[in-house]
Amino acid sequence: MARKSLIISPELCIGCRGCQTACKEWNQLSGVKTKNTGTVENPPDLTPNLYNKIRYVEIPSDANPVRWLFVSQRCMHCDDAGCMKICPAPGALFKTKEGAVAFNKDKCIGCKLCVAGCPFDVPRYDEKDKVSKCHMCSDRISEGLAPACAKVCPTGAISYGDRDSMMGKTKGTGYQKLYGEADLGGLGVLYAFKDAPKVYGMEEHPAIPEAVVFWHKVLKPLAYWGIGGAVAASLLHYIAFGPKKDGEVK
Amino acid sequence: MTNHWIDIKNADVILIMGSNAAENHPISMKWVMKAREKGAKLIVADPRFTRTAAKADIYAPLRSGTDIAFLGGMIKYILDNRLYFREYVVNYTNAAYLVNPEFKGPGELKGLFSGYDKKARKYDKKTWSFQIDEKGLPKKDPSLKDPNCVFQLMRKHYSRYTLDKVSSITGTPREKLIEVYNAYASTGKPNRVGTELYAMGWTQHTVGTQNIRAMSMIQLLLGNMGLAGGGVNALRGESNVQGSTDHGILFHILPGYLPVPSATVVDLKTYNEKFTPKTKDPKSVNWWGNRPKYITSYLKAIYGSNATKENDFGYAWLPKLDEGQNGSWLVLFDQMFKGKFEGFFAWGQNPACSGANAGKVRKALAKLKWMVNVNLFDNETGSFWKGPDVNPKDIQTEVFQLPAASSVEKEGSITNSGRLAQWRYKAIEPIGQSKPDSEIMNELYFRVKKLYQKQGGKFPAPVLNLTWNYGAKRPDGKIIKFDIHKVAKEINGYYLDDLFDKKAVPPKQIGKKGHLATNFVTLQADGTTSCGNWLYSGSYTMKDSKAVNMMARRGKKDIRGLGMYPEWGWCWPVNRRIIYNRASVDLNGKPWDPKRAVIRWNPNKLDPKTKKTAPGWDGDVPDGPAPPMADAKAGKYPFIMRADGMGSLFGPGLADGPFPEHYEALECPVQENPMSKQRINPTIKLFYGVTGAHDMPVQGSGSEADIFFSCDIRYPYVATTYRVSEHWQTGVLTRHESWQLEMMPQQFVEISKELAAEKGIKNGDKVTVSSGRGKVWAIAFVTERFKPFKVAGSTVHQVGLPWCFGWQYPEDGSSGDSANLLTPTVGDANTMIPETKAFMVNVEKA
Repeated sequence: MARKSLIISPELCIGCRGCQTACKEWNQLSGVKTKNTGTVENPPDLTPNLYNKIRYVEIPSDANPVRWLFVSQRCMHCDDAGCMKICPAPGALFKTKEGAVAFNKDKCIGCKLCVAGCPFDVPRYDEKDKVSKCHMCSDRISEGLAPACAKVCPTGAISYGDRDSMMGKTKGTGYQKLYGEADLGGLGVLYAFKDAPKVYGMEEHPAIPEAVVFWHKVLKPLAYWGIGGAVAASLLHYIAFGPKKDGEVK
Repeated sequence: MTNHWIDIKNADVILIMGSNAAENHPISMKWVMKAREKGAKLIVADPRFTRTAAKADIYAPLRSGTDIAFLGGMIKYILDNRLYFREYVVNYTNAAYLVNPEFKGPGELKGLFSGYDKKARKYDKKTWSFQIDEKGLPKKDPSLKDPNCVFQLMRKHYSRYTLDKVSSITGTPREKLIEVYNAYASTGKPNRVGTELYAMGWTQHTVGTQNIRAMSMIQLLLGNMGLAGGGVNALRGESNVQGSTDHGILFHILPGYLPVPSATVVDLKTYNEKFTPKTKDPKSVNWWGNRPKYITSYLKAIYGSNATKENDFGYAWLPKLDEGQNGSWLVLFDQMFKGKFEGFFAWGQNPACSGANAGKVRKALAKLKWMVNVNLFDNETGSFWKGPDVNPKDIQTEVFQLPAASSVEKEGSITNSGRLAQWRYKAIEPIGQSKPDSEIMNELYFRVKKLYQKQGGKFPAPVLNLTWNYGAKRPDGKIIKFDIHKVAKEINGYYLDDLFDKKAVPPKQIGKKGHLATNFVTLQADGTTSCGNWLYSGSYTMKDSKAVNMMARRGKKDIRGLGMYPEWGWCWPVNRRIIYNRASVDLNGKPWDPKRAVIRWNPNKLDPKTKKTAPGWDGDVPDGPAPPMADAKAGKYPFIMRADGMGSLFGPGLADGPFPEHYEALECPVQENPMSKQRINPTIKLFYGVTGAHDMPVQGSGSEADIFFSCDIRYPYVATTYRVSEHWQTGVLTRHESWQLEMMPQQFVEISKELAAEKGIKNGDKVTVSSGRGKVWAIAFVTERFKPFKVAGSTVHQVGLPWCFGWQYPEDGSSGDSANLLTPTVGDANTMIPETKAFMVNVEKA
């Protein structure tokens, strides 16, 4: 099957956040009590109950009082996914046939290594210590439907389809290169940026942390020498990243 | 909308002013983006840099309440630089008409038009008239040179709106004005089209109607009316506001924009004489000349066989206004506040949060003996008796809550802003005891009628004679199952008799007794047809002797990629997707822009039935079948709803002047109107009273609840209210919804960095915003999105806050309360829509 992806076009995004609501509705994620802290952006960060959110980025502008950008933040569904690389629990994180990085909470052992393995700070852990994040509405796309966010987006700022043909189409509207085209084996969520990624608050060259590569290549195979997954995970977490600290996991 | 949502994609330039489309009408931006993809320019003019402004090619800030100055400057720019579409202006507008030489404008009369009666706060419009020739037609000067012609008077009027003057009023930088004017006026060419999208940002002012008229004049000057990608487009605030307005929700209009008579209009003959416009010009269609057919058919629809020729079709049973009575929102609540009402139905609304001067509204509710609150949820209105600073022991009002079904729990039509009626189906059964509105009304009707039958009462005839044929009835007359299709059919209308075209030889049958009417063209003034709303005639009609719900159609065929989709739903009038479309062609019926041809005269058109040549129009349903205007015998003018068939650059119909003139808001930051000696609109109703050179309020001359403070040091900042994408209206639907609430949890006020620095306010601080009427707390958004304005040489700060919050939900009170606690009791001179978009406040750290 051709790899599927989402293309995010901040130029088309009007910041209405229909995507945030649609995601919660489809995935039945509860709302949380928030406070107004002086910004439209809310909740302030991704949570186990918030798979995607719009970041409101204000940057100086010559022509206008400000340049106001609306950027969708969520799992990028990397081809070379750091979370999957480091995950010691087989099947907890997995790739769907469409190319989405999905999860199975029953198999998650709560080690949180995926948090360290993610270059985009995406995975969150729920109250039962299970992984939680955007799975590209894997239960929708497997039935040939667009993810809820793309379905509801009024302007086409989030679009869904075959990765290659969509890339071609978007490039045809005046983009030389899409963000995430080649990074990490090619992201499953591509961005049509008019300016440098950092303007939108994104890493120019996202990469899996060195330690994860080390873990994947050297340490993970060791784990199979008879040590139980969870024990191995905490041991190896210590070896690779040092002791767990409070606040490390958001 | 003169056009429709999808049509926005056909524009070359889109001006969004008086609307925050991205936040309040997100779907509109789909079409804005499509237009931009093809190279269109988006201009956004707004006091605040909104999510809409974030998408603009040109953003222009302006101080709230100064739109006429901004647009008046554009009119001057268009005229000075000869950017208008001359052929269109000369032939399709009243630019060439000669005006009464005694007419004088605000430039000559210190801000007033001729005929002002200071005591009555009203104009005698005698001089706002045209010179009439011996045939009874307006005298014209097609060269547009006569100093008394509309064109020259307009030029004179707007000569005062210089860039510097406009900039000093609006606070918009001079170069921004030029940039906007230049971009928008580029659509004055036949092959360029501009559209305008507005909403409450234009209507909710004491000059609201004139804001929109100013834009209509610009669209006429640039030849943008009637074209695909053009028009003046109201984005309605709810999915079915258009439908409710069409069906007579306002106090002064019956369904189909038929005027509500006053008591002095004693019978149907007087009604028809008074409200049927006349013309002596054979080239003018004067569609409202059909008024007698529509009112008679309406009376037949509501009173059925009880309405006969002998009893004037039951005209006497129609509710009448007292002469000069105004039943608009502000007046209703003022009367309620004064204890003039016993009872009140709050149906699908939350006036305790949505009403201007909501504090007064809440006090007014306490004067009622009873109130019925029909809503999906309890709200601040239904529970006003336990609201902030209210002791339930002091309240005698008995409140009934009737739970209503939501839009997905009932069947029926909705009419969107583009006049498109679409049928919706019931997805789920209503929850609990909730019922669709129609069933609630059905229950009420049955019980009220029973009471009248038993007890008589003051005037039982209007209720007892009402038709109510919406389903099979029990022996006692109660409907067993309410059928909403029967309502839709009644609205469409029926032939009550066999109908013949008697002009044809032999007479041709046009309608069969008992059949649904084909469209309003066949309606009659003699009682042989019924129609609940002539505009909707044709929405539920007959095909092969079977009833067809046209609103339920879902055909996807388009006309030349223009997005008209004539087989999707049904659009009033007669499925015309773009109204005034006869102005989209030249005098010979050729489209001004062939690439965007809405209609086109086809001399070789084939009649599909007879296969013979029958010249006619291709494309959209034209504004009347008559041949193009150049046809000496049968040609017609394009603006068929005007008695003279012309677009009105000079508009004597409004209360406050034939040309829009800048006046300040009732509460404004300047001592004097920089444009004239007349500070505020001289024809608005003042609830509090004014006096003196600067229209300052007099203590005690009205209710304290209506107090206002203009140019007063206690309330130094301009304020405006708005909605946010995340909440719906007063938030009754969305504050119960944690997904929406987490995104927009609390009342906020947006203030500039400059003002925040002056007041020692930091981003995220809790502040108090107060006006002469009340106060609310809010979280400060200290932002670049508001900038101080340079107005008449001084710095003016503006702030803005939403009105979607209320004290009742969330239950812990963490959201705050409605911004309408701050807004004033004053309305537009023509419509009385409240001025909630420009008033004065103070902001202090809480």
